[in-house]
Amino acid sequence: MASNNNEMTGAFDMSTSESVKMVANMAKDFAEKHIRPDFMIWDEAQTFPVETLKKMGELGLLGVLVPEEYGGAGLGYFEYVAAIVEISKVCGSVGLSMAAHNSLCTGHIMYFGNEEQKRKWLTKLCTGEWIGAWGLTEANTGSDAMRMTTTAVLDGDHYVLNGAKNWITHGKSGDVAVVMVRTGEIGDSNGISAIVVERGTPGFSAGKKENKLGMRASETTEMIFDNCRVPKENMLGEVGQGFRQAMQILDGGRISIAALSLGIAKGAYEAALAYSKERHQFGQPISNFQAIAFKLADMATRIEASELLILQAADMKNRGVKMTKESAMAKYYASEVCVWASNEAVQIFGGYGYTKDFPVEKFYRDSKLCTIGEGTSEIQKLVIARDVLR
Amino acid sequence: MKILVCISNVPDTTTKVSFNNNNTEFNTNGVQFILNPYDEIALARAIELTEGGKGTVTVINVGLVDTEPTIRKALAIGADDAIRINAAPSDSYFVAKQLAEVAKSGGYDIIMCGRESIDYNGAQVPSMLAEVLDYPSISLIKKIEFTGNEAQIDREIEGGKEVITVSTPFVVSTAEGVAEPKIPNMRGIMSARTKPLQVVEPVAVETLSSFTSFEMPTPRGNVKLISADEPAKLVEALNAEAKVI
Repeated sequence: MASNNNEMTGAFDMSTSESVKMVANMAKDFAEKHIRPDFMIWDEAQTFPVETLKKMGELGLLGVLVPEEYGGAGLGYFEYVAAIVEISKVCGSVGLSMAAHNSLCTGHIMYFGNEEQKRKWLTKLCTGEWIGAWGLTEANTGSDAMRMTTTAVLDGDHYVLNGAKNWITHGKSGDVAVVMVRTGEIGDSNGISAIVVERGTPGFSAGKKENKLGMRASETTEMIFDNCRVPKENMLGEVGQGFRQAMQILDGGRISIAALSLGIAKGAYEAALAYSKERHQFGQPISNFQAIAFKLADMATRIEASELLILQAADMKNRGVKMTKESAMAKYYASEVCVWASNEAVQIFGGYGYTKDFPVEKFYRDSKLCTIGEGTSEIQKLVIARDVLR
Repeated sequence: MKILVCISNVPDTTTKVSFNNNNTEFNTNGVQFILNPYDEIALARAIELTEGGKGTVTVINVGLVDTEPTIRKALAIGADDAIRINAAPSDSYFVAKQLAEVAKSGGYDIIMCGRESIDYNGAQVPSMLAEVLDYPSISLIKKIEFTGNEAQIDREIEGGKEVITVSTPFVVSTAEGVAEPKIPNMRGIMSARTKPLQVVEPVAVETLSSFTSFEMPTPRGNVKLISADEPAKLVEALNAEAKVI
């Protein structure tokens, strides 16, 4: 489909089916109707719009990849990416919440849960009845996740959890969390397990809510476990497999954050492109000046390159091919482009871009999370380097 | 209850409009087409009226094959099946005659249209269609409820409302507020791929109108702000520059 006015299309049009376009249009309609009117209010007040997320569940946006038998939409990564991009073009915070809910908590249970666990939790997560959280990072173990100190000790039919997880999306409002816990020695990759903890379990509470630069409408909090007794049947897969599971989940999660990055970059680009045609200086639109036109050309080119890397990783994921390197490349490149393009968009807007009257100020603040969350750019480069140097 | 909803494939609301062929034809190059937003309201109400097994909704469009994504969207929103009359919609009379040809043999209880399509904004098809079918026609309805085969309809008029009772079959055009447009869900999108979409060939219809020329409105000039403390400057500007006093 040809591009319309300032809307960026590009790589997706080369390979996407009608259903991908319909999903993209649906997500776009939803974002315009239910997110755009309020996103700055949520951002200012750091309000996590739970009800909006639940409405997304009603449309199937919270279980995009989950098979229909568990209440999901049963779609693939092309549709998933398209939906995150359209939501994030309007609000990165909601895009982040959607991405985290789908690919981390829901994805972990979908890939590693047994039949009973899937029926118990996925059905509620896919519809938005429950919101999901996922806990890996701790205060002192970010990239060095293997050294986590939150423990789970078997006591009869329960594991007793002690410790805290930090920077957790939906750490307070989440109804259920997949938590990586130490069941073996520190540094042992077989010493970590993944267990599901439901909200309301005694000893499970939310700690500090972070006051953030961007993504302010996506809730980020600490999760605290204080002698929290969790039924042992809540363990996902085998004891000791949690770290490997988490790494696999992050492979898919990287595609989510790459899509989030792409959406923010497109949103910033489209806003800057439209503004450049409307803003007149020296008797003509500023888009007539090469100083601005070249910025837009660079933005468009790098955004399409991001899109192609994401499509490649999504295609491999759909086909079940190992795509650790490709998803790391997509996440690394798209997130760096996102930060750069948002910065350029603010520059094109000039003084207006520095105010909250125009959307690029928010894109700029939101963008920075993308080079940090779910593996920093540096970690992505480590992953890529490890593969290419093998 | 069988409801037929007439839908149009129209340019996206953000389209920058331009013309071809000596300003006689809308330039569709690079334009994204959507389901007419007013028709979405009619469709939403039709779906509500038939919910719970109370009937079926068929959507119908006069258009070439490139309108099928729009038809699929209507199916994703919740229509049960669709008909595409395989012709370019040249004018309101042509469209009404084509719709009537299909509608007359379909046994539909209600034919619902949006108040107008947002491309040419003629608002003529619903009334023409009713006339051709010899059905009652009620335009710009604000509310519709059913008791048996009778519909109770509120219609907005200046300074008040008109309450109408009408028996099926009839044609209505819907105003805003009749229903909230629905966003299709994932299941709807997936099922739309397999819902029936019948293509029928058009009947011969005489073309009664043609476009002589389109003109773009004059671009708006720059706004000049004058402080409320300086009324003399305002009078001077209205007199000397705007030349309106």
